[in-house]
Amino acid sequence: MSAAALSRLAALLPADRWLTRPVELAAYESDALTAFRTRPLAVAVPESAAEVIALVRLCHEFQLPFVARGSGTSLSGGSLPVANGIVIALNRLNRILRLDPDERIAVVEPGVINAQVSLAAAPHGLHYAPDPSSQSICTIGGNVAFNSGGAHCLKYGMTANHVLGLKAVLATGEVVEWGSPSRERIGPDWCGLFTGHEGLFGIALEITLQLLPRADRFHTVLAGYRTLEQAGDAVSAVIASGLLPGALEIMDALALEAARAAVQADYPPGCEAVLIVELEGPREVVAVERERLQAILAASQPVEMRPARDADERLAIWKGRKSAFSAVGRLSPDFIVQDGVVPRRRLGEALRRIAEMSHAAGIRVANVFHAGDGNLHPLILFDGREPGALSRAEALAGRILQMCVEMGGSITGEHGIGVEKRDFLPDMFTAEEIECLQRVRAAFDPLGLANPGKMFPGPEAPALTQRGLHPLERAGLISRI
Amino acid sequence: MNAVLTPSSLNELSNAVRSASRVLAIGAGTKPRLGEAEAVKISTTKLRGILEYDPGEFTFTALAGTPLREIVHALAESGQHLPFDPVYVETGSTLGGTVASGLSGPGRFRFGGVRDFILGVRFIDGAGRLLRLGGKVVKNAAGFDLPKFFVGSLGRFGVLGEITFKVFPRPAATLTLRLRSDSLESTRRMISEIARSRWDPDALDVPPGSSDLLVRLAGPEVALSLLAREILGSFPGEVSATAAELWKDLREFRWIHSAGVLLKIPLSLNTLVPLKNAVDRLPDSRIHFSAGGQVAYISLPAPEAATPLVTDLIQLGLSGLTLRGAVPVFLGARPRPEIELAMKSALDPTNRFPSLDA
Repeated sequence: MSAAALSRLAALLPADRWLTRPVELAAYESDALTAFRTRPLAVAVPESAAEVIALVRLCHEFQLPFVARGSGTSLSGGSLPVANGIVIALNRLNRILRLDPDERIAVVEPGVINAQVSLAAAPHGLHYAPDPSSQSICTIGGNVAFNSGGAHCLKYGMTANHVLGLKAVLATGEVVEWGSPSRERIGPDWCGLFTGHEGLFGIALEITLQLLPRADRFHTVLAGYRTLEQAGDAVSAVIASGLLPGALEIMDALALEAARAAVQADYPPGCEAVLIVELEGPREVVAVERERLQAILAASQPVEMRPARDADERLAIWKGRKSAFSAVGRLSPDFIVQDGVVPRRRLGEALRRIAEMSHAAGIRVANVFHAGDGNLHPLILFDGREPGALSRAEALAGRILQMCVEMGGSITGEHGIGVEKRDFLPDMFTAEEIECLQRVRAAFDPLGLANPGKMFPGPEAPALTQRGLHPLERAGLISRI
Repeated sequence: MNAVLTPSSLNELSNAVRSASRVLAIGAGTKPRLGEAEAVKISTTKLRGILEYDPGEFTFTALAGTPLREIVHALAESGQHLPFDPVYVETGSTLGGTVASGLSGPGRFRFGGVRDFILGVRFIDGAGRLLRLGGKVVKNAAGFDLPKFFVGSLGRFGVLGEITFKVFPRPAATLTLRLRSDSLESTRRMISEIARSRWDPDALDVPPGSSDLLVRLAGPEVALSLLAREILGSFPGEVSATAAELWKDLREFRWIHSAGVLLKIPLSLNTLVPLKNAVDRLPDSRIHFSAGGQVAYISLPAPEAATPLVTDLIQLGLSGLTLRGAVPVFLGARPRPEIELAMKSALDPTNRFPSLDA
């Protein structure tokens, strides 16, 4: 059966874009959730939407599972291959089809790199707001599939808030077009539903993105605190003041230690936590708001406050922050990162409980998080060479996710469920609710061919083999939040 | 089918859905065409009240029948607001009706519309099951985003019971400029330039009966007057002295033919002028362009006037939603992919709710 299917599929593409040799498949066996690895039957490398449509329709005809993949930066194992199916690698669909400064939109193919959109829009004073930490390498197709976030979600939202239109091939082979260049719409919000489908509905072929004007002034402050709790209180004070910062980030002592070691980041000595606040907008507005921010932070008893005096100092602050994850790789051979969310008022309590759990388990946990929206990113450090270390780390990660749900939050803020958190879906939703999600999935994909084994708890257990940093992460090209 | 059910709890709402083979939820009836399908009506009037509101979380949860007025008032007391500037607030619109109709006001220009602020829902599906999807925190990526799907779905895929929204701090001050323009083409160019500018406007609207552009700025008062001076140095116009009334008239649709047709038509800048020309050919028509030329609201004195407009809409590749008046709910080009039927069966297998076109 699959031999016949594979030869029909192979005939759709030239030999150099249909990969079947083990050495060619190796690069596609896992994504940024490096603990999982599966070898697919083959990897197809289409170069056009028409080729993708033909591939998906043949997969449907032969009931062959397929997994769409961009740059493979999913942290939840979202693009983990399946052993009885193929990978459709979309990197060569990397054209920006239209960039219209008048309409403030970009129409892109799924393999376009996130940062390329802002780069192309920059000459027009525009940018694409969602900025996952892997933005220099992750693709828009992957961002759409997993509704990616970034450091600016509180003010600007996630990927779904920036997708105006979609052309997609569904798992049934049906080709649909939703939305338009307009920011407004009528009828059900199909683009909203499709964004975050985790690859279970089909494959986006063309994506219309909204672009926003770039702020003409940024004001970035780094403040050091003796305790995490004080930093958390400062966040509450900023929120209560009525300011709406573009970013509100916290790093704890272990994360600071890592960033110091990795990029020689300079933080105030004697601090258990560092808070980064960034205001942005017209300079007249920022001039007023920075005074208020200054007063609020001064009252929050920081050890030291360091406002960035120029663009270079601002970049240095962000460099330390964005390198934190790869930096943690220096402290420990392996780590797991979670992205649970808690209500903001319970951040302090959540961090205390994580510290207690970490202590009780004898496992170090570093914390770097989007404090403005309660989105935690505990990094659970372990050494995979020690027998049982991975499963102990996973057990701790699971307890942290359960805590997030108990506190009224979510098991994922921006990484998605994927393979990694599928067993925790029932912690968030009832059996009836999961059935509803499954019926929706079946509407798009009655045969269950698109990205099987993701989101829903199920029997398909992928193999656990690899450890350590993703090769790109080790090279400092990407980081995990 | 004149019966109107008035459940007062989510359990009763579920029973109401199960009680008849064809039902449709209605709110305050401010967009009457959307509630006109043949069905037993379930009024959300008694499903009312804010259930949770913690200003520090930037979120609130309220029952679907809660009047927007109550919500807007409660948020304002804590210095917050729904940045998408909901419409028909004083007229009595409910939160559920706002989601089901997918209507946002002029303020949607800056941070987005209803779809961008909805976080979670509890709803009754076609089998009468009460389900919760989405979440209650400002950031959540677990499960398919059905809350967004319900925005604009007109109660045809489920009945909303309880809704969680994200909110923002309310800017300290607003200031509205009226920029003079004698043709819509030059207004279009102004929108294009200002929408891309560093000024970060809060709303950009062209009110009915004029080509002038209303530019609303929002933020600290001192900053706004500086920005206004710079904008007025580039474009002829003045600070509006009647801004509050002006925006209220637009939000409450006080400019429309009260017994006529009211349409919503999403568009983009390149269809702005052609649509205006088409509408101008209809006698006594009125049009309001909102959210930086991304949507038009058209008021016609009578249903007959809509017929010639449909041809123009199809030619321009546009489609419209009828909020008032005896014309079809959807006008113009509306594709009907197979997935629409499949989704309908997934959420409403026995067609307990009317079809989108009814």
